[in-house]
Amino acid sequence: METIVILGAGHAGCQAAFALRENGFRGRVTLVNGEEAAPYQRPPLSKGYMKSGRRDEILLRAETAFADHDIHLVSGVAEEIDRDRQQVRLGTGDALPYDHLILAVGTVNRRVSVPAGDTGVHYLKSLRDADILRGRLPQTRRVAVIGAGFIGLEFAALTAAQGKTVEVVDIGTRVMARATSEEVSDFFRHRHQDAGVRFHLGQGVAEIFRHLGNRATLLTTAGGEIEADLVVAGIGVMPNTELAARAGLAVDNGIVVDTYLSTTDPAISAIGDCAQFPSPHAAAPIRLESVQNANDHAKCVARRLTGDRRPYAAVPWFWSDQGSDKLQIAGLPGEADRQVLRGDPERNRFSVFRFRNGQLASVESVNQPAEHMVARRLIGSRSETLADQASDAAVAAKELLLHLQPGNAHASV
Amino acid sequence: MPSLTFVSPQGVRREITVSGNSSAMNAARLNGIGGIEAECGGALSCGTCHVYVDEADIEKLPPPSDEEGDMLDLVAAPRKATSRLCCQIELSDEIDSLILHIPETQF
Ligand SMILES: Cc1cc2nc3c(=O)[nH]c(=O)nc-3n(C[C@H](O)[C@H](O)[C@H](O)COP(=O)(O)OP(=O)(O)OC[C@H]3O[C@@H](n4cnc5c(N)ncnc54)[C@H](O)[C@@H]3O)c2cc1C
Ligand code: FES
Repeated sequence: METIVILGAGHAGCQAAFALRENGFRGRVTLVNGEEAAPYQRPPLSKGYMKSGRRDEILLRAETAFADHDIHLVSGVAEEIDRDRQQVRLGTGDALPYDHLILAVGTVNRRVSVPAGDTGVHYLKSLRDADILRGRLPQTRRVAVIGAGFIGLEFAALTAAQGKTVEVVDIGTRVMARATSEEVSDFFRHRHQDAGVRFHLGQGVAEIFRHLGNRATLLTTAGGEIEADLVVAGIGVMPNTELAARAGLAVDNGIVVDTYLSTTDPAISAIGDCAQFPSPHAAAPIRLESVQNANDHAKCVARRLTGDRRPYAAVPWFWSDQGSDKLQIAGLPGEADRQVLRGDPERNRFSVFRFRNGQLASVESVNQPAEHMVARRLIGSRSETLADQASDAAVAAKELLLHLQPGNAHASV
Repeated sequence: MPSLTFVSPQGVRREITVSGNSSAMNAARLNGIGGIEAECGGALSCGTCHVYVDEADIEKLPPPSDEEGDMLDLVAAPRKATSRLCCQIELSDEIDSLILHIPETQF
């Protein structure tokens, strides 16, 4: 194999390029960056960067690192994949031939749909979005956040801490309903309320009336009104599947890949937010949006392309910093047949261990990074029930690892 | 401006100068120092930015927070008295130089 082309220079694409080099790949690596900015990390956009505006803290790699590792970073948006001739055509007209193609094209934001349209509604996905929002913050007094997911709540916490009036509306009856247990959801809602955030849950946005300047009134489906001079929506994303679909690759809720992250064309892999993959941690194929998933997918494909073919099995994990609270999730949320609460929500430190079919399925940790680290190992070892030990508060998190089979304690994290 | 020296497990040294206030992890990432994964970008969430601070330099740093300490118990390479998560090492002009040894593994 001589030439590997990677589309998308986000977390997944960048990691794939560098991992190929770390694994000794000597052929050509071309990384196509569809954005104006040098490759950067997204998580800080709704966290530290929104406060500091420091670009040097969010770059994925130093700009010189690409050349140092002989990675050709080219700007451009891929418009077509020609599978017969094995080449990608960029918007610039250039054609990039490949022996192997890695799709790391991420997602696009779901947009707010109201009769008057979403003009004036801000989204937070790219560095550009973040810079625009940052620019708006000094003159903003009232913030309306549509969507009580991770990004919406991070932004709400940040702006409430700056003394702004912040109101959050979400169709769900609890915050982060898709990804967290009720205990964690309730904890965070209370923490945000204590910080001054007002919630309108169980209702959608029916209409947005725009007034002079930046002012707007949101009408909720329950008839409530929210006045704002900044409207930010974080209502989820959709995988970028169009390019793959047009090339005749299988797509579903993401570009469909097998356990090796190969698409239906063996010369094309798909990784990160855009890929729908089978996981030993889930009954049906899943698509995840996290840095962990992007990194571990990238490493798995880079290994395969350099001769070490192994199915993808990494334990999913995620973090979100909201105000002064740190949420970390290991494993996948979903139905649980048993749940164990460790620690004390009243003291802002606790973890929720959730079991499915006798196995530890997920652990949500609040301000307990060590429990989270343990959880990743426990889930990775796929050992049988630990529910009884876990529910014993006297058993420290680390000791739970002792219940694993010998040799398993360091099972793939 | 503080100078940072990273020593690889094979003993290869790389010295870099760091401008402004930054974490040792960020300096390592920007300079492409291998062996520091820093998957969470400094959010104290991953434990893959483990380093051993040189014995001679350990006194220059404030002790780790409780959270950092708890996570250090669980890093992949053995924890030593000099173990730190380098995303929590804030550099400033008060620290003139620091030698950090990179462990064998972060996973
Ligand atoms: C504000 C925000 C906060 C977040 N916080 C967290 C967090 O705390 N923890 C966490 O784990 N995750 C977080 N995430 C999610 C995380 O950032 C994503 O899961 C991760 O970026 C996915 O990486 P990726 O490479 O798959 O996709 P992306 O990072 O989205 O990169 C895809 C890239 O492909 C480019 N592209 C698309 N189409 C083309 C084309 N045709 N040609 C060329 N280029 C193309 C895009 O422009 C983009 O640059 C956050 C995301 C956002 C937006
Ligand atoms: S970078 Fe993740 S804990 Fe330091």
